[in-house]
Amino acid sequence: MRFRVIFQTAFRALRRNKMRSLLTALGIIIGVAAVIAMVGIGNGAKAQVEEQIASMGDNVILIFSGSVSRGGTSSGYGGAGTLTLEDAAAIKREIPGVEAVTPEVQGGARVSFGNQNWSTRLNGVSPEFFDIRRWTFAHGGPFTERDVRTSAKVAVIGNTTALQLFGNAEAALGQIVRVRRVPFTIIGVLGVKGASVMGTDQDDTLVIPYTSAMKRVLGTKTLPRITLSVEKGRPLAPVQEELTQLLQQRHRIGPDRDPDYFVRSQEEIATMATATSKVMTMLLGSIAGVSLIVGGIGIMNIMLVSVTERTREIGIRLAIGARGNDILLQFLIEAITLSSLGGIVGVGLGLGTAKILSSAFAWPVSITPGPIIFAFLFSAAVGIFFGFYPARKAASLDPIEALRYE
Amino acid sequence: MTDAIIRLDAIEKSYHTADQPVLAVRGVTLTIERGEFVAIMGSSGSGKSTLMNILGCLDRPTAGCCWLDGVDVSHLTRDEFSDLRNRKIGFVFQSFNLLARTSALENVELPMLYRRTTLSAREQHEKAMRMLDMVGLSARADHTPSRLSGGQQQRVAIARALINDPVLLLADEPTGNLDTRTSVEILGIFQRLNEQGITVVMVTHETDVAAFAKRIIVMRDGRVRSDLPVEQRTNAEEELRNLPVEPLPEMSA
Repeated sequence: MRFRVIFQTAFRALRRNKMRSLLTALGIIIGVAAVIAMVGIGNGAKAQVEEQIASMGDNVILIFSGSVSRGGTSSGYGGAGTLTLEDAAAIKREIPGVEAVTPEVQGGARVSFGNQNWSTRLNGVSPEFFDIRRWTFAHGGPFTERDVRTSAKVAVIGNTTALQLFGNAEAALGQIVRVRRVPFTIIGVLGVKGASVMGTDQDDTLVIPYTSAMKRVLGTKTLPRITLSVEKGRPLAPVQEELTQLLQQRHRIGPDRDPDYFVRSQEEIATMATATSKVMTMLLGSIAGVSLIVGGIGIMNIMLVSVTERTREIGIRLAIGARGNDILLQFLIEAITLSSLGGIVGVGLGLGTAKILSSAFAWPVSITPGPIIFAFLFSAAVGIFFGFYPARKAASLDPIEALRYE
Repeated sequence: MTDAIIRLDAIEKSYHTADQPVLAVRGVTLTIERGEFVAIMGSSGSGKSTLMNILGCLDRPTAGCCWLDGVDVSHLTRDEFSDLRNRKIGFVFQSFNLLARTSALENVELPMLYRRTTLSAREQHEKAMRMLDMVGLSARADHTPSRLSGGQQQRVAIARALINDPVLLLADEPTGNLDTRTSVEILGIFQRLNEQGITVVMVTHETDVAAFAKRIIVMRDGRVRSDLPVEQRTNAEEELRNLPVEPLPEMSA
């Protein structure tokens, strides 16, 4: 029997029970659509994370102060305040390959302008910070080394904070805001950077010289974090190694004492973040895959019903000379046609869903041909797998019995 | 055995039921020559249906040998049986057994789809049209069985049975579901086909129907009870003239 004829026969059989075919295929449609949409969303999130990391600099190493735990309560990383300005200076002085270093002090602060006020993240850093973080300026510019030396009351404002206080970013320039009652002059507005890997709005910030932050606002003498960048093209691992050695020496860490700091490269953080989204993608994808299998069971069920219903037809076909394989192929092709059509519709629905989700919730969605081809082939395979048993059942019918079937 | 289409030699067939084996056919030996028109008669349980299934290569005898058109078919595989049915035997059933929701033409084409050597779609189409024309239904080629009368459906079934040029036409109670006039029309077609040289074997339990054949084999308890030529054969055309209402539809070829 020619394939064209077999396909015609299959299509006709499916058309005869339009509603039933649609409902049966629905399992596959939903499964495939779910796979496409889920993987699209997962990959989108991954791509976004990767992009953010790249924008933050892939040559960045972060040193965090260790945590303290007292009476069962842990302060969290950076809480111990074991890093000092001297550490930062020593790193800059002694580690080869270090391009720029900035001490970082952070704290929440209420910033007010006129009768407007806004709670934001206060970041005390050196001017190198903007280079390390690859942060550009929308208006104005960074503060200088001199500002650091004099603990100048100057500030660079993030886009979100500027909008909250001034309504538009450019208006912030030259204004004087109060940070915990200390007046600071805005000398620069940062370019928009968006949400971070961890989901916080990076533009919701006020950046001031670390000296000003430590003396005038936060009143601390230690650093929760030191950030540095490594010269272009230099591998991070040896630098990380030397950093660890230097700090061990300076902090007198021996074999009997745990380090009171830890070193992480941006790369490691990136790997962690992408690993998380990879796991999410796989999880979502496999849940969707389960629904494909459920859809396949639906197909098997309906094919079994169909074989029983059409016992007489099978008997007629056998009597006039169809071989067992002709019948097997007929029902198998019918199952594959059903599941493949479901797959095609599912791909369309999945792409549509992904598009709607990305525009409605501004989720980043990344659709690649890979999952589409995979989902379609998988749906066809589901048809073969779950269609085989009913088809074989049909093919092995006894023509005499089948012809007698009412 | 000059030109035997069918030769049965001591055919036996037993079925295994729950309690004991049932011997449906107990040693049948007979020969049917090319060009014969044979009616197999018998009450239900006489073994005529079982014999019919064996003749039609739908079933295998438990013992004995069976030759169809010179080929020993006693030990063929399932697929070989299929091919044999496809090329050498045309079936006509009591309940027509056409595919529902499928046009008359496509029903007639169906056996050609299962041929090992397929014709082109156009050749198939033309041949099916010729066959429908022969049974006087070319005007209804696109009708589905539900839109055809019983007699018309049976004529489509006959066209289907003949499409692959079989050596044997097997009819199982072909008039069982038809009224008298239509029955005579169908039997008339068989007589004409037989005159053209096609061997016809027909199973029936009605003596009136059997009288259209040339030879009557009566089965009883799994054995051949009598095997006699028909002396006063009924001619379908004469019979129709005696019946009231319209004449036999025109048949070309």
